[in-house]
Amino acid sequence: MAKAKTNTEDYLRMYAQMVRIRTFEDNANQLYLSAKMPGLTHMYSGEEAVAVGICEALTDSDRITSTHRGHGHCVAKGAEFGEMFCELLGKEEGYCRGKGGSMHIADQSHGNLGANAIVGGSMGIATGSALRAKLQGSDDVTVCFFGDGATAQGLWYEVMNMAALWKLPVIYACENNGYSEYTKTEEIAAGSITARAEAFGIEAFTVDGQDVLAVNELTQKLVTRARKGEGPFFMELMTYRYHGHHVGDINREYYRSKDEEKDWKENRDPIVRFRSWLVAEGIATEAEIEAMNAEIETDATEAVAYAEAAHYPDVSEVDMHVYAD
Amino acid sequence: MREITLSQAVNEAIAEEMRRDDTVFLMGEDVAEAGTPFKVLSGLVEEFGTERVIDTPISEPGFVGLAVGAAMTGARPIVDLMFGDFIYLVMDQLCNQAAKQHYMSGGKLTVPMVLRTNMGATRRSAAQHSQSLQALVAHIPGLKVAMPSSAYEAKGLLKTAIRDNNPVVIFEDKLMYQDKAPVPEEEYLIPFGEAHVKREGSDITLIATSSMVQVAEKAAEMLAAEGINAEVIDPRTIVPLDEATLLESVKKTSRAIVIDEGHQSYGVTAEIASRLNEKAFYHLDAPVLRMGAMDVPVPFSPVLEDITVPTPEGVVENARKLCAGEMIHAA
Ligand SMILES: Cc1ncc(C[n+]2csc(CCOP(=O)(O)OP(=O)(O)O)c2C)c(N)n1
Ligand SMILES: [Mg+2]
Repeated sequence: MAKAKTNTEDYLRMYAQMVRIRTFEDNANQLYLSAKMPGLTHMYSGEEAVAVGICEALTDSDRITSTHRGHGHCVAKGAEFGEMFCELLGKEEGYCRGKGGSMHIADQSHGNLGANAIVGGSMGIATGSALRAKLQGSDDVTVCFFGDGATAQGLWYEVMNMAALWKLPVIYACENNGYSEYTKTEEIAAGSITARAEAFGIEAFTVDGQDVLAVNELTQKLVTRARKGEGPFFMELMTYRYHGHHVGDINREYYRSKDEEKDWKENRDPIVRFRSWLVAEGIATEAEIEAMNAEIETDATEAVAYAEAAHYPDVSEVDMHVYAD
Repeated sequence: MREITLSQAVNEAIAEEMRRDDTVFLMGEDVAEAGTPFKVLSGLVEEFGTERVIDTPISEPGFVGLAVGAAMTGARPIVDLMFGDFIYLVMDQLCNQAAKQHYMSGGKLTVPMVLRTNMGATRRSAAQHSQSLQALVAHIPGLKVAMPSSAYEAKGLLKTAIRDNNPVVIFEDKLMYQDKAPVPEEEYLIPFGEAHVKREGSDITLIATSSMVQVAEKAAEMLAAEGINAEVIDPRTIVPLDEATLLESVKKTSRAIVIDEGHQSYGVTAEIASRLNEKAFYHLDAPVLRMGAMDVPVPFSPVLEDITVPTPEGVVENARKLCAGEMIHAA
């Protein structure tokens, strides 16, 4: 793996953030299976290195836009478990006061402009955020997360054109997990996805989305350049989702083989890979890592219990926030 | 009579029409092998192949545009739009293109296509997957709009839609896909613009669309226990609208509540109420009342979401007041 950072604390934080995402998702899945969570949710498990590698290269004033598969982006951009589980359960203390739920979860105070349930729906928002940065002479960068399936949305081509024309500080981060819902990417995407960005004169990169250091190193470079007005950029991150499209997508062998899932989980898991690297480099011992994992597990368990006991919003909140004051 | 689910009814209607007319084809996201996330179209690709059951990329304006063009040149496309909320993405293709070709060409071009989509809240899917947007489409001349209230209507209306020479938008309530109803084995079609009187009554008319028909029927039962006889009418298509049946009923009962799951303001309920006021004013004993979804984006939290939609209890309360001659102001 590439070396991106020299600071031990940064490495350990990246590891912890990935484990926090995996742990959050395991608990969310449990909440679904035990019928405690209303509705459905899309798990980020397997894709942790993408959100963490990218968000660790950003500051709080940098913005992101997230997707229907947004828990990972939310954690990686600095959210806390308590408010996140509250949101999943529709409780008042959730980040969106229970109004958004899983598909709109976001901690806005850390620059997360929201998870979007319309595929590709945030491409304009992210590019607009970058336009504002340029107009106001601010050096923040916006990262637009979306899936491979979202590259089929025409909006992307409109906003890439403007972003390229006006050299906007936006990074389009395509999480290519090989599928959009129950369809393989190659069945819905003609030609090359990176070439589409290149057609607008946008520099495009493909990176192993299971290698957190590679993702982080590339993002750091691009963010630095984007701050100097050298953007926009496009990153295609090759990754994999471990669960079904959503938690209810259990019998999925008709579109994806068990062998394929096993291969990604056993041979390319981003957390396992990074953990061995940390140990091999002498950055952490197995015992230290186990202690970190246990602490995160406890945090999650406590946050779930907290959220379960938390209050629902008062019904008077129903017509609050339709219009801003 | 056998009972089948609304989902099976839709599936049967499409299969029958595809067998009958080989210009009919199906297009949408995950419609083939996956048979849609709601599994409504399962099995069709096995019978008709991927040439006629086409999986598209997530390019709603694109594939709706393709359907318009295919329809103008001799095919009868059925487009599956996975969630009614995505109507916003395809508005130009639907409203500027499909709806206007016949008129703009002085009657020379036609767009015989069907756009099947869904509606309905309380599925805990939050603001972008729960809307009931039929009013948006019904507002545009040139588009027909059907709202099936059970498996029986779903099949009969869809078959009519496929044979219609105009663009037709069908809104199915996504919470009703597994609901069963008696559906004949023999072929039948339900003509557009023919309301169905679901229950006769003399005191008040409840006009309801889609799943709100069930709400109205429950309310009617509860009202019957109090000695109020409610008539329940399902317009089945809101464009064209069977005004005659609605007027006849209201002239008899002299009171009406119109119930639809779209937002209450500027909605389907307002249109119907207004027509009744204009054409049956002297027969009315009370203002016609609208009951729609609350004018808020659909919230995720169950405690909030559940109070945004009309309920049988709410209908009963309003009906009781109307019958008692109390003034009520629509929320
Ligand atoms: C405009 C729009 N069309 C369709 C959908 C339904 N839908 C939700 S997620 C999804 C697949 C998205 O695939 P991708 O962009 O690759 O993201 P992934 O789920 O793989 O993370 C689809 C079709 C939607 N939410 N919005
Ligand atoms: Mg994908």
